[in-house]
Amino acid sequence: MNRELFLYTLHLADNALILGHRNSEWTGHGPNLEQDIAISNIALDLIGQSRNLYQYAALVFNKNNDALSSIINSPAFQKVPGEIDEDDLAYLRDVNEFRNCLLVEQLNGDWARTVTRQFLFSAYQEQLYRGMQKSYDLQLAAIAEKSLKEVLYHVRWSGEWIIRLGDGTDESRQRLINAIESLWAFTGELFHPADYENEIASAGIAPFVSEMKQAWMEKISNTFKTATLELPSNTWMQQGGKNGVHTEHLGFLLAEMQYLQRAYPNSEW
Amino acid sequence: MEAINDNKQSAINDPGAYTVWKLLEEVPDPEVPVLSVIDLGIIRNVIVSGKSVEVTITPTYTGCPAMDVISMNIRMILLENGFGPVIIKTVLSPAWTTEWMTEASKEKLQAYGIAPPNAKQQVCTPEYFQREEAVQCPHCRSWNTRMISEFGSTACKSLYKCGDCQEPFDYFKCH
Repeated sequence: MNRELFLYTLHLADNALILGHRNSEWTGHGPNLEQDIAISNIALDLIGQSRNLYQYAALVFNKNNDALSSIINSPAFQKVPGEIDEDDLAYLRDVNEFRNCLLVEQLNGDWARTVTRQFLFSAYQEQLYRGMQKSYDLQLAAIAEKSLKEVLYHVRWSGEWIIRLGDGTDESRQRLINAIESLWAFTGELFHPADYENEIASAGIAPFVSEMKQAWMEKISNTFKTATLELPSNTWMQQGGKNGVHTEHLGFLLAEMQYLQRAYPNSEW
Repeated sequence: MEAINDNKQSAINDPGAYTVWKLLEEVPDPEVPVLSVIDLGIIRNVIVSGKSVEVTITPTYTGCPAMDVISMNIRMILLENGFGPVIIKTVLSPAWTTEWMTEASKEKLQAYGIAPPNAKQQVCTPEYFQREEAVQCPHCRSWNTRMISEFGSTACKSLYKCGDCQEPFDYFKCH
């Protein structure tokens, strides 16, 4: 079970880090000052969550080093002397060792696309953390309890943007429809469990994703209805991220995010 | 909440712990320097044994960048005053809430120009476009204020503007 716990915690941490990093790309470029600050704050919350999760993943890894060391093969990671820490997990793994879902690595695009990605993901995280508060794993339960309070702000903020743009001008509406169409195919993966997710849910450590889907869909469809939008009719779904098979965008993101630690190992600022 | 009071209460009979709690009153929040870590309610436990101290803290928000600085400052002040070794532990549960902030902190915030968290949270559901929380302007005390942004200069604050004195201000939001 340690192998599954490690992979699952990494998966959660990667989701939070990659979306946090994407959002941070808006810092200094937001459509106005208040929204620049808002998206940067959400980035900060997500990166904070990822730190808690990576710290826990590192703890699990260090306790079971012999059994788990074969999971991460990147040469930079293999060379870490002694115990690993949160930074090693974030900066020294290669792209196929990240287990975030495909949704969070998608490009920011315009504001409509960014807020749509946030809304689809935050509504999922709300259900995830609600369920995980009852986890048998007390550290994951504590992280869920702490994070949920912040995620509720994210859901409200991004949902309000869906309504504002969807029920706004012709242009804002069209941009939002385009955003939903381009991102919808990545939502199926959220509710299509990887093997390690099933194992973890069976052990009572996390909620079953299948059980979260209905509440998520209800939130999405109610919000779309208020925004005078239809749910997309295309139901073909893309997947792979949870097992390390990503869209091309993640590699570019990591090249930027990991550059400093790869080029100048252990540098601090 | 009770745990911290019990712990603080028992410190009265424990001179070492009493000194540590007193010293912690001098450690400021680097982002809102009028508040101490005690005012913020982030100190969850203090255990003193001889000269060694274990302080348990909890973060306000998961991504709060001030937490690392706060941990370092706690360590520094204790070492400077002859304590050591100093262990700083972090707990996440129960999750921090503005209800743990002291009454004194609310007066300090207002005097500093930041509206303190309302005593009772008025807006806490995930509903969209709710009635905004009524917040008093810390400058002219008018209630004629409106929210500019739910997210402010730090994770713990929202941005408001006063309709009477026209000044923008931060609101330390309920959490």
